[in-house]
Amino acid sequence: MASGDGKYFATTKKGEIHEFKEDLRALDRSKKKEAVKKVIAAMTVGKDVSMLFPDVVNCMQTDDLELKKLVYLYLINYAKTQPDLAIMAVNTFVKDSQDPNPLIRALAVRTMGCIRVDKITEYLCDPLQRCLKDDDPYVRKTAAVCVAKLYDINPELVEDRGFLDALKDLLADSNPMVVANAVAALAEIHEVGGSAAFHITSTSLFKLLRALNECTEWGQVFILDSLAGYTARDAKDAESIVERVTPRLQHANCAVVLSAVKVILKQMAAIGDEALNKALMKKMAPPLVTLLSGEPEIQYVALRNISLIVQQYPQILSHEVKVFFCKYNDPIYVKMEKLEIMIALASDRNVDQVLLEFKEYATEVDVDFVRKAVRAIGRCAVSLERAAERCINVLLELIQTKVAYVVQEAVVVIKDIFRRYPNRYESVIATLCECLDTLDEPEARAAMVWVIGEYAERIDNADELLEGFLESFPEEPAAVQLQLVTAAVKLFLKKPQPRAQQMIQLVLTYATQETDNPDLRDRAFIYWRLLSTDPEAARAVVLSEKPVIADTATALEPSLLSTLLANLSTLASVYHKPPEAFVSRTRLAVQRADELAPAAFEDDSGTPSSSSAGGGGAGAGAGPAAPAAGAPGPGAPAAGGAPAPPSGADLLGDLLELDSPAPAPAHAHAPAHSANGSMGLDLLGGLGGLDLGGPPAPVPGPPPQAQPAPPAFADPFAAPAPAPFASSAPPAAAPLPVLLPADKGKGLALSGQLARANGGPVFRLAFSNSSAGALDGFMIQFNRNSFGLAPAAQAVPLGPLPPGGSATVDVPLAQNAALLAPGPATALLQVAVRSNQLGVAYFNAAADLGALLLEGGALEPAAFVPAWKALPDGAEAADSLPATLGAWPQASAKLAAANVFTMAHKAVPGSREEVAYLTARAATLPAPTQLLLELRWAAGAPGVRAAVRSERSDFAPMVFAALRGILGG
Amino acid sequence: MSVSAVFVLDLKGRVLLSRDYRGDVSLKVAEKFIIKLNELEEAGKVTPVFYDDGVSYCYITHSNLVLMTVSRTNANAAAMLLFLHKLRDILTTYFGELEEESLRDNFVIAYELLDEVMDFGWVQFTEAKILAEYIKTDAYKMEVQARPPMAVTNAVSWRSEGIRYKKNEVFLDVVESVNLLVNSNGTVVRSEVAGALKMRTFLSGMPECKLGLNDKVLFDAQGRGGKNKSVDLEDMKFHQCVRLARFENDRTISFIPPDGAFDLMTYRLNQNVRPLIWVECIVEKHSRSRTEYLVKARSQFKERSSANNVEILLPLPPDAIAPTVRASQGAAVYVPEKEALIWKIKSFPGGREFLLRCKFGLPSVAAEEEAHGRMPPMRVSFEIPYFTVSGIQVRYLKVIEKSGYQALPWVRYITTGGEYEIRMQ
Repeated sequence: MASGDGKYFATTKKGEIHEFKEDLRALDRSKKKEAVKKVIAAMTVGKDVSMLFPDVVNCMQTDDLELKKLVYLYLINYAKTQPDLAIMAVNTFVKDSQDPNPLIRALAVRTMGCIRVDKITEYLCDPLQRCLKDDDPYVRKTAAVCVAKLYDINPELVEDRGFLDALKDLLADSNPMVVANAVAALAEIHEVGGSAAFHITSTSLFKLLRALNECTEWGQVFILDSLAGYTARDAKDAESIVERVTPRLQHANCAVVLSAVKVILKQMAAIGDEALNKALMKKMAPPLVTLLSGEPEIQYVALRNISLIVQQYPQILSHEVKVFFCKYNDPIYVKMEKLEIMIALASDRNVDQVLLEFKEYATEVDVDFVRKAVRAIGRCAVSLERAAERCINVLLELIQTKVAYVVQEAVVVIKDIFRRYPNRYESVIATLCECLDTLDEPEARAAMVWVIGEYAERIDNADELLEGFLESFPEEPAAVQLQLVTAAVKLFLKKPQPRAQQMIQLVLTYATQETDNPDLRDRAFIYWRLLSTDPEAARAVVLSEKPVIADTATALEPSLLSTLLANLSTLASVYHKPPEAFVSRTRLAVQRADELAPAAFEDDSGTPSSSSAGGGGAGAGAGPAAPAAGAPGPGAPAAGGAPAPPSGADLLGDLLELDSPAPAPAHAHAPAHSANGSMGLDLLGGLGGLDLGGPPAPVPGPPPQAQPAPPAFADPFAAPAPAPFASSAPPAAAPLPVLLPADKGKGLALSGQLARANGGPVFRLAFSNSSAGALDGFMIQFNRNSFGLAPAAQAVPLGPLPPGGSATVDVPLAQNAALLAPGPATALLQVAVRSNQLGVAYFNAAADLGALLLEGGALEPAAFVPAWKALPDGAEAADSLPATLGAWPQASAKLAAANVFTMAHKAVPGSREEVAYLTARAATLPAPTQLLLELRWAAGAPGVRAAVRSERSDFAPMVFAALRGILGG
Repeated sequence: MSVSAVFVLDLKGRVLLSRDYRGDVSLKVAEKFIIKLNELEEAGKVTPVFYDDGVSYCYITHSNLVLMTVSRTNANAAAMLLFLHKLRDILTTYFGELEEESLRDNFVIAYELLDEVMDFGWVQFTEAKILAEYIKTDAYKMEVQARPPMAVTNAVSWRSEGIRYKKNEVFLDVVESVNLLVNSNGTVVRSEVAGALKMRTFLSGMPECKLGLNDKVLFDAQGRGGKNKSVDLEDMKFHQCVRLARFENDRTISFIPPDGAFDLMTYRLNQNVRPLIWVECIVEKHSRSRTEYLVKARSQFKERSSANNVEILLPLPPDAIAPTVRASQGAAVYVPEKEALIWKIKSFPGGREFLLRCKFGLPSVAAEEEAHGRMPPMRVSFEIPYFTVSGIQVRYLKVIEKSGYQALPWVRYITTGGEYEIRMQ
């Protein structure tokens, strides 16, 4: 049956448009038609053929229906770009709307309504008026839709010309399809316009119900959906609606069935007759179950809806839990939803069967599904008291499988079961403790720590177990740390032995002094004050009885639930969100002309149209950036801008003290810094005093000035700066570049580079002391540089460094326009570091642009192409990188993690080459710079060609250096 | 409803065909769609309906194509997805096979169809047969200008007038497929019969048909429930040609059928039936590297019936080495790409039992993840002609047409294995 139209896609590229133009003007009809087909083919693949508008419109007047349809299609797509020329089409439209063939009359109104040009709509009114009263129902049903289209463009016109009334008249049309479309049109006008366009009255209700029996399945959906908004006057009214709608439950079309269920549920409230409602529910159950025999996508929608229905009316499917058992080949999204409904329908009666199924699922291959199955068992235990023990037994069996993620998930849910039924199932704790080593996920570890703390008095070696966790305390995720703090306190309160005291001392010290997590710090302080002021109060607070939990994972608020039930079968019911949360339709259609014109990635080769004119991004751009390309080191411009600091104390003063434009808080807290060390000791001392008392009874003295101390320690570095803990470094996987060798630094060796942490730039600096004595009082300052970078505080957050010791610190950086070095940008960063013992050391570092890329630096994809085009080709620089890109999603993720965001990615057809467009925003001064990047590479082969465009071409070398850093190789 | 646009994409997200119905989304959403879809896939959170940046996407896949609707409103999700399936069916009917190439070769027709099946984002008409009457694939047949067939707007939207056959015949197949789920401990977890009345009509004019079944509800209502054998059909679903209101009233199945093949009715039966073919597999692990399956297959229906084309799929471990098989009946082959042994028995009479032994090796070094991930279930497919599980009977099929011809109804019964899963131990 193939008509071989594929040939129209084969194009000659150059001069194509010109060729089209000539063919369109040809006198030969078949040649003309061929040409129109080629134009449409070009349009299909996304090429801009709007410039052919006049020529195509000239082909409109024809009695070849196929050709006419093609021209109309073209008009729909491009009229908006050529509003003035669109007028040319009006005459033919008007003429066609009076054609003897109803197909053409309908085609004319249908197309005219799709052309969203104001000038045309004026001419649309008369034909529309005629067509609404056409003899042929096919034309009338099309005209009914056209009224809604017109309303979308010009609502006043619709009201002025009385189209609304004409539409209402169509509700009484003899043809069911016309009625259905009129209903759809009125419902939409009502919804969009907010006007009282459409109110179902008792008379129109009757008409709708009558049409329901006769119109197509889709018409039935329109009518049922609008009936769902109708509130019955009384019980009798409601009953009669239900009576007429119930037969629809037998329809083979799932959408009809779901919409019918929606109407019935809505009317049930008005009926109030218990017996009748019960009968209705019984009637709805089988059709709901049958929805699960449909296509998997439909099953998904059905399951999302059923989950709403059973929440409101659990009895409706209470005997049907088996139909929700998962089949091996169900898609995962169906399985997940089925699981959810199985949990909802689990009852004392069927729980054994359900548990057996869950257990079966827990051995499947899909990890997410397995986890959910394990969790489901826990949720059943929480909601079904009598089944809790059986659930626990199943979980214990699963723990025996020793599959890591199964065990961890089981531990998490067992914690919930303990919460729900305190002091009932401690016997399983022993089993849990056996699998401690398997736990490597934060949630599971946190759960286990909670269990140990909660049942510390029953676990003989609770202190040992906790100690095991505490060894890795600083590396633990926040959730586990919080649990550890609480568990340590519980243990101490329950078993106030020396070991527990030591432990609590250790934990609280770290949590109050060395952490940058305010939650953890605050919690630790609260416990500490509680313990030191009134241990009895601490006991009352920490060991208080907890409120009973319930399974609320899926419970929706009653008001939301009723909204969603009224929206059954719609997107809202799938998302479980109210319509206003996602509906984004504005009444006026978006301007599409602007998108058509640049036609961003129209080309097969995937090159932005503009740069292909310049001969491909890679070749063109080396221009202005080239001189700077090889200069990430100390280049000439830097030397000119700021002379290299000569040695001498004066300059040190300049660098460190002189009217430094560093942020003010640094000064405010500078004195506090020196006191820091002894403060820390005080804290420890206080804590020691607390614990020595043995029983947590009266404690001498209040906690020593606890509050102010840690802030003094931490504040200058506000949010970032993970505090150094002993010698364990922040996550510095790769060795840092050496900046100052020990022989030049009089025994102090420094290595480091710029990095980004917690949304800001930091200078990651590794100190190592090979001098004879301890070093302390570290301070740091930068010279003027191209990015206005300076340490946020001069004091380095680092305690005394003993001989042979080393530590790595993140020095938070700030940017200040006053520190901006003049001239073109370079990567040079001149740094001075001072210590009390060794005085000042100078060295150069490279400013890595990668550390200055902002989170959220992505552009709207639509904005990318205009931005790219807005920059002249001369603003482009290119380089090749030695990296090998693997699969694109991973590479893209890697880049995104470094705040370089993918805008588009394609494979270049016909070659193994791939191309990606990316963007990033660099925090530069005086204003951030948006970087637009193009990467081209051959799949699997080493080497990536990169091109960058931005307002600041002088950043290009640093961009490439940053990319090398990100992509490696 | 209100769909903003319909797209057909290839799996990379390239637009092969699109139709913008409302002008409220940019055609670039196709790119966003594929990016988001890949994201969801990586996170293992793919669903057929999802939301991204103000736009809702519903999609289905077909061979290497994605059919998708885009909407900005709270549209009817079930209707959109069903529409996509219908659209797929229409395009398949038109092009024989729906794939990238056939779509390109017929893009003009495809555009015409998209214009007809939906208007302003509202589904209008999806009967492929009727559409074919005024949207033709062959351009040369368009000498006479097409007109919209009456059926498009008629109450009988599925049948055109003026159909003529020399011989008026109706074929009615009653097909019951048995869905079964047996747990690894041998208990039947779920059994269900999904039945369908499949019709092929070759009838002239506008025939009125009436179908009589041994429907329990009807028999009870007529007070003759006692002696006659009747069946209680759980959820009957009818083709849109059946007058539902009439069925609701007096359980009469009356209709004007479409021309050609269609499913008149489907039904479900939740009764617990004895599994028609029972398969047991005993796994004997002789050593780490040598395993043996002992499989017993038993037919549990009457001896005068016989199951044809029985196929039993026995999953093997993915790393199984050189399986050797001996079967007391039929033939078994190892199909490595399915990681299974397929045992085929051409004819399996009722009340018989056949055996199969399969030995295979495993690599002596256990794979890392061997400990978990259970085996897929065994699956069985079969056909038992002249037999239904439910006992449903077509009592009569009356065809009345105003020209008064006699139509011959042919009725066949068959039971097949549907989703017939027996979990391995």
